[in-house]
Amino acid sequence: MASLFEFLVAAFLVMGGVFGIVGSYGLIKLNDPMSRLHAPTKATTLGVGGVLLASLLHAAVFEEHVSIHELMITLFLFLTAPITANFIAKVHIHRQETRETMPPAGEDDHWATHDKPEDEERRTAGRPDAAQ
Amino acid sequence: MKLLRRLLPHPYLTLLLTLTWLLLVNGWSLNSLLFGFMLGVLIPFFTQPYWPNRPRLGKPLKIAEYILVVLMDIVQANIIVARIVLFKPNADRRPNWITIPLDLKTPEAITALAGTITMTPGTLSADISDAGHALLVHCLDAPNPDAVRDEIKQRYERRLMEIFE
Repeated sequence: MASLFEFLVAAFLVMGGVFGIVGSYGLIKLNDPMSRLHAPTKATTLGVGGVLLASLLHAAVFEEHVSIHELMITLFLFLTAPITANFIAKVHIHRQETRETMPPAGEDDHWATHDKPEDEERRTAGRPDAAQ
Repeated sequence: MKLLRRLLPHPYLTLLLTLTWLLLVNGWSLNSLLFGFMLGVLIPFFTQPYWPNRPRLGKPLKIAEYILVVLMDIVQANIIVARIVLFKPNADRRPNWITIPLDLKTPEAITALAGTITMTPGTLSADISDAGHALLVHCLDAPNPDAVRDEIKQRYERRLMEIFE
């Protein structure tokens, strides 16, 4: 029975490692900056997730206590990873793209990264509460 | 009642912070409960100017369903993206920007949607339009951008709509 859990823990560790490697390899292999950004978001989800699952299982079966720190790590990663990815994407939009090279912004005029102070004035000027 | 509202501007946040503290301590005791509650009261009180509106929760129980759906998708999408990275030559890959028109209005809901899009591999939310009516998403490999857009709207935005609005 114990060896079954050992196999499971090992399998989760290997899974985490494999996805970590794939994420890092993606950073080298993919050929444009925005695509490269996809690789690290992967390493944080299943890569770290596999290691955390292994740690959770190991604590519960072999150390006989329930550990919830792993869940907190997952939670914090899920909160912070999208924000760092968004920051890097914004840097790319600032430095490599202009309003003209970006896809159309739906019903609005442009994307927020390319917003200028005069756009803010133009938007609020049309609104009835602009005087405040 | 008014005083209570002033002291506890975000009751959900207070609850969440207390719970988070208890989970961080990794054990149960009255001490940590009280300290967690203290943090749960002080942090919302001092950060109040940054969150002027109290987010509404329409159907809080739907959150559990949403988390399960997203977790399943993350596992599935990870495998798909791993295959793209390992086996698909760069020349065959079709990276693409897609614009997602937003039906969500509250900032909390849009943040949750943007975070979900980034965490499900293969898509990455990059920007929001100047007046907040559209989300810019980058796809690692999207031969058919419209299908990706429809799936995000159907799968995630519809559920967030039920939770937040």
